[in-house]
Amino acid sequence: MTTTLDVPKKEVAVEERDSVTIRLAGDSGDGMQLAGTQLTHTSALLGNDISTFPDFPAEIRAPAGTLAGVSGFQIHFSSSEIHTPGDCLNTLVVMNPAALKTNLKDLELGGILIVDKDSFGTSDLRKAGYKTNPLEDGSLSGYRLFQVPITSLNREAVAELKLSPREADRCKNFFALGLIYWLYERSLEPTLRYIKTKFSKNPSVLEANTRALKAGYNYGETTEAMVVHYRVGKAKLAPGTYRKITGNEAIALGLVAAAHATGLPLLYAGYPITPASDILHQLAEYKRFGIKTLQAEDEIAAIGAAIGASFGGVLGVTGTSGPGICLKSEAIGLAVMTELPLVIIDVQRGGPSTGLPTKTEQADLLQAMYGRNGECPVAVLAPATPGDCFAMTLEAVRLATQYMTPVFLLSDGYLANGAEPWAIPQVDQLPDLHIEHPKEHNAEVDGQPVFHPYKRDAKLARPWVAPGTPGLEHRIGGIEKQDVTGNISYEPANHEYMVRTRAQKIANIANDIPELQVNGPESGELLIVGWGGTHGSLLTATQRLQRKGYSVSHAQFRYLNPMPKNTGDVLKRFKKVLVCELNGGQLRLLLRGHYLVDALGYSKVQGKPFLVSEIEEKAEEILRS
Amino acid sequence: MTTKSLPLTPKDLASDQEVRWCPGCGDYSILAQMKKALASLDFPREKMVFISGIGCSSRFPYYMNTYGFHTIHGRAPTFATGLKMMRPDLQVWVITGDGDGLSIGGNHLLHAMRRNTDLKIVLFNNEIYGLTKGQYSPTSRIGTRSKSTPTGSIEGPLRPLSIAIASEATFVARTTDVDITHLVTVLQRAAHHKGSAFVEIYQNCVVFNDGVFEYATNKSVKNDNLCYLEHGRPLKFGKDRNKGIRLHGLTPEVVNLGSGISDDDLLIHDEKAEDPTLAFMLSRMVRVPGDEMSFPEVMGVLRAVDHPVHHELVQQQIDEQIKKRGPGDLQALLTGDETWTVT
Ligand code: SF4
Repeated sequence: MTTTLDVPKKEVAVEERDSVTIRLAGDSGDGMQLAGTQLTHTSALLGNDISTFPDFPAEIRAPAGTLAGVSGFQIHFSSSEIHTPGDCLNTLVVMNPAALKTNLKDLELGGILIVDKDSFGTSDLRKAGYKTNPLEDGSLSGYRLFQVPITSLNREAVAELKLSPREADRCKNFFALGLIYWLYERSLEPTLRYIKTKFSKNPSVLEANTRALKAGYNYGETTEAMVVHYRVGKAKLAPGTYRKITGNEAIALGLVAAAHATGLPLLYAGYPITPASDILHQLAEYKRFGIKTLQAEDEIAAIGAAIGASFGGVLGVTGTSGPGICLKSEAIGLAVMTELPLVIIDVQRGGPSTGLPTKTEQADLLQAMYGRNGECPVAVLAPATPGDCFAMTLEAVRLATQYMTPVFLLSDGYLANGAEPWAIPQVDQLPDLHIEHPKEHNAEVDGQPVFHPYKRDAKLARPWVAPGTPGLEHRIGGIEKQDVTGNISYEPANHEYMVRTRAQKIANIANDIPELQVNGPESGELLIVGWGGTHGSLLTATQRLQRKGYSVSHAQFRYLNPMPKNTGDVLKRFKKVLVCELNGGQLRLLLRGHYLVDALGYSKVQGKPFLVSEIEEKAEEILRS
Repeated sequence: MTTKSLPLTPKDLASDQEVRWCPGCGDYSILAQMKKALASLDFPREKMVFISGIGCSSRFPYYMNTYGFHTIHGRAPTFATGLKMMRPDLQVWVITGDGDGLSIGGNHLLHAMRRNTDLKIVLFNNEIYGLTKGQYSPTSRIGTRSKSTPTGSIEGPLRPLSIAIASEATFVARTTDVDITHLVTVLQRAAHHKGSAFVEIYQNCVVFNDGVFEYATNKSVKNDNLCYLEHGRPLKFGKDRNKGIRLHGLTPEVVNLGSGISDDDLLIHDEKAEDPTLAFMLSRMVRVPGDEMSFPEVMGVLRAVDHPVHHELVQQQIDEQIKKRGPGDLQALLTGDETWTVT
């Protein structure tokens, strides 16, 4: 610890822990997300493996103190490799009774429970629906309860700064964070650095937050109630330089990298929507990289602008969530018909309709596959982890530009906001996706050079000519095309030929993507199958089952359309297949339909990721039957 | 391949596709005048792009030997916006109609103009849905009998020019399909304007709304019904140019010239006025059939002002950021501010 703290030392024991799961919970105005992000950051810098699960309400400020307004941030940090934010809490910090009520069920028996005792007044209790005070009625006797007067201690700590009580209370998240830093032996330095940069223009807020953080830490140092530190050592990750990254950050970085790798300018067009807006925000900061962003007037305009950019010979990308995809469907069809490259990012959230805007779900798979009029195939990809969002964004751009097709990237709320350590890629090792637009005619008619916009290459992709190229002037549009010439054609046989050709072009992508990887033995009793963001829970559950001696393997789809070529073989090598997904069984339907396997399903549609234990129990039930 | 040498002829701008509008449709004339107007520009055809939505007018791009994109209903301005942002070197035309532009695509039209995107938007107004075989449109007059309004439309029409001005378009003009010289001039001016240019063309749909603009196109009456705007000149009209528009307080009125009223009393047209109030007022003038003292409908350029253009502002911010903080370093971006190393 490099921070010198002028406090008397007490006797403290140190206990080693392999991994710890903590949740900070309070009102949505209490700054829990910020505190959680800081704890994540600090833990990552300390060398722990991390996985996080921010969980917040859709309302910016639901009525204070109510159950609806509770915002939580869960972090799992570990000295060994982890893939999930943890099933069960070791430590829970609650800033009010509502937070206690909504979160207590996730705390392990005997777990550490830190409460801000100042916020357990009669009206606070009433708002949370408590008839008696849980701090006094014995109902918390199963936990190690620490009643800390966080609000008043924090006010005291910043008293000299003469802030209003409201302003002072805004720092209490940092007081609580300081206490957690003491409890888990974390350095204050990264957060002090953050406070310094973040509030550099506001010296009194800078000072207040600094004091609050230190006061929380010092409280831990001095209080007689706490006599144990918990130590979680560095994780043995693969050698390399790491940073922390969320899924949305990784997509934004992936797009900048894709512009570099293709040598093409990039337009990102979006419309504000949770949980995708952060991608727009972040890219708007990257003007120095030549990235252009457009906050369009609506979702349709956003995809229209992206397609317009693609038509112009540059990278067009749009991002949204499910409701936005509904609005974009017709334009996606146009991009399929005109065979233009396009990346469509869908950060899935709970649906249907407005649904659960801030919660995660995987229920847009069939929408991405089929949600358009006509036979309208597109490529569909789904990153497996926050860091994988970077790689899969590059993949989406690669397939879009090389196959002249829209590509869906199905992220979700869990990946978007969850963080993990990320091995920083080297720019000179990025894939070479360089694009050359054709400059010459590609056919002759009556001895005259002509350009045929729908004359295809071996992959069945048509040429991507940039307007401005002399001699290759041509027109495209949404009406059915004659093969090769691209002229309007209503001819029945041509239509069927074109429908089949567009489908074959997407099917050809299977030759150009990695095979489905099996984690564990290549054959056995049970294959646990998932796609996209459930990777961590399914893999962890599989590993636990394997340790228990079961014959179980795991496969996670990152390519959903087309599916990897070995998919059918993999599925057939297991006696049973269990498809786990955060929807009503969409991948299961596809697998059964495509491969005639009697796949079982395990669905969860609660706006929350899978717990490892849920998968484990379901799998064991199947294995024992 | 090499560029077609300049100057172009109208024929150089004709594609090899057979034109498929109904015989007698006003669109033919617009196509012919467009080719004339563009041939006069000394601008290479490979840098011209026509983007359209859906409707009879939206088939236009297929007939031009330029780059073209026939998109989806109402959304042409969105594709054009993305294209122009990324390819400022191109001259981008948006071809739309009253249904395409003002009904299903109203939102996009507003915002393309609000941003002052450098687009030349040409709205063919025939006050009817032609391609879907004759339903009333958002510009149809009250009482219009169509397939979907057999007993007459009860909805008041939108006025395209009013919408354009309210949406902050920096160039707003009107012309008709058959007034060939005027049409060419207006299109040329739109082509030269930097920023969002909006042109409404009264276009006759011979099949479903024939003659709806008879008063504005029939040579024997049109001068009584139309007022041709000229920058810096008084607003005069009438076959004998004996009528004018005068301001009475904030209200315009039609006056007969002579008997004490001279040109000096009339409103002087100022297309460069920053304040769009007078332009808006002109956009509201609608002819009332049978009324001796009816307002004329204005033709020509209502508004032509210079405002910062969207794609230039986009580029300017990029340049400023690069100047202030240096060009982006991708490796530094990927690495981020805080890292740790596992050995
Ligand atoms: S329906 Fe009317 S507008 Fe359409 S092509 Fe025929 S005449 Fe022209």
